[in-house]
Amino acid sequence: MSFYRGMTCENVTINGDKGTPITAYVAKPSGPGPFPGVVLVHHLPGWSEFYIETTRRFAHHGYLAICANLYERAGEGNPDDVAAKVRADGGIPDAQMVGDTEAAVKWMRAQPGHNGKVGVFGSCSGGRHAFIYACQKKDVDACAELWGGRVVMGKEELNAKTPVAPIDMTKDLCCPLIGIFGNDDRAPSPEQVNQHEAELKKHGKTHEFYRYDGAGHGIWYWHRPLYRVEQAMDGWSKVLAFFGKHLAK
Amino acid sequence: MCTSIIEIAAAEGMAKRGDEWFPLSTAVVAYDHARHAPLGDVITLDFINADLEPGARAGIELTLESAKELRAALDRAIAAAEFEGAEVRGKGAVPGLVRAA
Repeated sequence: MSFYRGMTCENVTINGDKGTPITAYVAKPSGPGPFPGVVLVHHLPGWSEFYIETTRRFAHHGYLAICANLYERAGEGNPDDVAAKVRADGGIPDAQMVGDTEAAVKWMRAQPGHNGKVGVFGSCSGGRHAFIYACQKKDVDACAELWGGRVVMGKEELNAKTPVAPIDMTKDLCCPLIGIFGNDDRAPSPEQVNQHEAELKKHGKTHEFYRYDGAGHGIWYWHRPLYRVEQAMDGWSKVLAFFGKHLAK
Repeated sequence: MCTSIIEIAAAEGMAKRGDEWFPLSTAVVAYDHARHAPLGDVITLDFINADLEPGARAGIELTLESAKELRAALDRAIAAAEFEGAEVRGKGAVPGLVRAA
């Protein structure tokens, strides 16, 4: 095998929440496998190029990877415009995200080259969503939450779309969790990250949190001024090691 | 930041995308990390029509300082417009002509 693995990428249609068909971008490493799987939950800026590229990056590292378009119901168009439309509508319901992500997990488990292990990954709102998913469902084996904002929520922030603060779901977390955070972030703030970790400890949940100095939100966003190369590369190594440990068979 | 700082207002008017103008339904003001401007956190203004496709959107990302200057300019213009409407055009004019103006 050559040093750089080949891969096949395509869009597939999966049956999302309540049976609604949604599009997902998938990347499959070349070779018979078996490969572990990663389900990516995109961030507030939408089904963006960063997420599509990150899907391919996981495949490059030997993972079957899928990233569903959670904003598909808002219509077709540039993902950036679609995300703006979703924002104008107050975001998507957490429950709908769970249904859509469950469809992506099922797609993964149906792949012939899959090793039976699935990790869920997300950053920003996707980090929050990945954590929610790992608390509400039992079909993932590891969870990576990157700077998930609004895991800690005040009662005044709760509404019909986000009825329960994720931190209050901690007791139901079904798998090991890795957290990547920047100490200059304000959402989540370092204090909120501490609250998040305290709740994990209280319920005896396996987790590893990494807090980076000199970094705020969106540490891995290579196309943004938020990018922090040293912290990003260290964080990538931590996440790949974590998935390597928990998703191996 | 991954904030929930979002303000949504009804908007009546039109906005331009490319060579085309489209009618507006909604204005959204948010404060979050920039998606396009080479900046950290920004005030985002989106003028959209929720009944059209997602591309019916005029989006702007501004620094907080620029947003404050815009707000002040809006306040000045609105105050002047209201004075113009009430004190100048309104006084002594025939009601029908006021509406026409």
